[in-house]
Amino acid sequence: MNIFVFIKRVPDTESKIRLQPETKSVAMDGLNFVISPYDEYAVEEALRLKGKTGGEVRVIAVGKEDSLVILRKCLAMGADEAVLVKDDADETFDGLRTSRIIAALMKNKYASHDLLLFGKQAVGVDNAQVPSMVAELLGLPAANVVTKLDIDGPNGTALREIEGGLEKVTFSLPAVVSAQKGLNEPRYETLKGIMAAKKKQIPVVTPEELGLAPSDLDSRVEITGIDLPPGRQAGKILQGDPAEAAKSLVDLLHREAKVI
Amino acid sequence: MLSVFIEVRDGKAKKGSLEVLSEAGRLADALGTDVVAAMAGPVPEDAFSEVFAYGASKIYSLENPRLGSYSSQGFAIALGAFVREVRPEALFFAATAMGKDLAPRVAARLGVSMASDCTKTAVKGDAIEFTRPIYAGKALLSVRLKSSPLVATFRPNVFALRPPEGKPGERIAMPVDVPESAVRGLAAGVIIEQGGEIDVTEADIIVSGGRGMKAPENFALLQELSAVLPRSAVGASRSAVDSGWIGHQHQVGQTGKTVSPAVYMAFGISGAIQHLAGISSSKYIVAVNKDPEAPIFKVADYGIVGDLFEVIPPLKEALKKAIAES
Repeated sequence: MNIFVFIKRVPDTESKIRLQPETKSVAMDGLNFVISPYDEYAVEEALRLKGKTGGEVRVIAVGKEDSLVILRKCLAMGADEAVLVKDDADETFDGLRTSRIIAALMKNKYASHDLLLFGKQAVGVDNAQVPSMVAELLGLPAANVVTKLDIDGPNGTALREIEGGLEKVTFSLPAVVSAQKGLNEPRYETLKGIMAAKKKQIPVVTPEELGLAPSDLDSRVEITGIDLPPGRQAGKILQGDPAEAAKSLVDLLHREAKVI
Repeated sequence: MLSVFIEVRDGKAKKGSLEVLSEAGRLADALGTDVVAAMAGPVPEDAFSEVFAYGASKIYSLENPRLGSYSSQGFAIALGAFVREVRPEALFFAATAMGKDLAPRVAARLGVSMASDCTKTAVKGDAIEFTRPIYAGKALLSVRLKSSPLVATFRPNVFALRPPEGKPGERIAMPVDVPESAVRGLAAGVIIEQGGEIDVTEADIIVSGGRGMKAPENFALLQELSAVLPRSAVGASRSAVDSGWIGHQHQVGQTGKTVSPAVYMAFGISGAIQHLAGISSSKYIVAVNKDPEAPIFKVADYGIVGDLFEVIPPLKEALKKAIAES
């Protein structure tokens, strides 16, 4: 089975976000960067599937050269190959732009593919667009926000999270699946894996080599502003014993907040 | 003309879709245009009248036997045909599980970029500006889309419903061609979680537990509290979920769900930055924690410094009484 996993480099979830209003962007200096947490579940699932059915796991990042670090981490986890699609653009928030690049890569370089795995969204941009968009551009079925995945020959079954339950999705390969927390527990890299990963070459592909014209790389999302959310104020601390405090809380929710 | 995809679950139009319809109506008023609805597959009669009541001037009912159960491929083909035929300037979705799955596929099919999970819209000149949380709510990004039609999803529980005073309008049956070979993935059923409770993203009230709950069995206290409260759900912090005390679908915060209930009650949750980001659009935050220095108190509207195990029982009784009396 030819499995492809798409990963993104993001600030870790503990990051304090600072804004640069003059460029309408988030300041990236001083942040700690990681592989987007949901992507890690996708990598782990790919490695487990390979363990069961055999095949190859290729991990792809679309981004600047600094994405090599997370690609190497995936090699250390056990991926067979890592590829960087070098895209020097700053964050565009345009999921279709990224999806065009990935679709061009798959059509031009990896026409033989069985499973494309993604995280359900990149932490930070929080778009959750690319898996569905890539699926559409390549004419593939997709199961998104998946917590359980079974592949049986040419068919797959996934459980995906919906409001108050799980939806079972059946599909045939090739297909797109995006991972939700709960799908698995990602493994740690082994020392041996880290050493082996250091020696591996990571091929670099450019969008031009994939036949993409500059106009394909234009962002169609115009950023008009970036703000911090309105700050919240510390409110009232309710006094008294637990029963009294509970009673004043209900009174306030009823009379002041009018929500009960 | 603006258009809204209306999701039907269990024979009813989703509340989130009606919220989008309401917001699209406000935008249409400002732009001097109207709103139509698109629905796919078999639609019960009641759902049609609800959609008219919330402001659709017309409903396009997209028909094909292959739209009987949900598939993003089949629904995207149907909506693609709708857009080509009707030519709306915008197509909006609720950012529900289905909307998040479907909207990007439709956008890619139409070759347009989109805005996900918007929490605010504004008319600027003759354009619509979309504002959406990024970094789970640590920042807000405003965008305009430079492609047409505009495609966007709107977060549930954020936009106010309009009074359901719309008059019944025209219903247009639109048969669409959905080739069998084009649909290779299909929703084959739903497994409802025990209790059939509503999701944290849709709840009006969330009672949420963190490390201070101490043990998995203590989440029963929160379930009992939730049972007293209408349209409520049980939430959890990342550490409670990572300890295996409750399923991850309950997790609120940056690697869980971003929520906007009327009241968020945090029991034994200290308030890590990822968690606070995920609850920042709650209307009211209540915190119960033993530690008076816990960061959650810096954002809580009402706080009780104390032992949650002593607070929950009288709180449940007081809430029960208040709800019975109101």
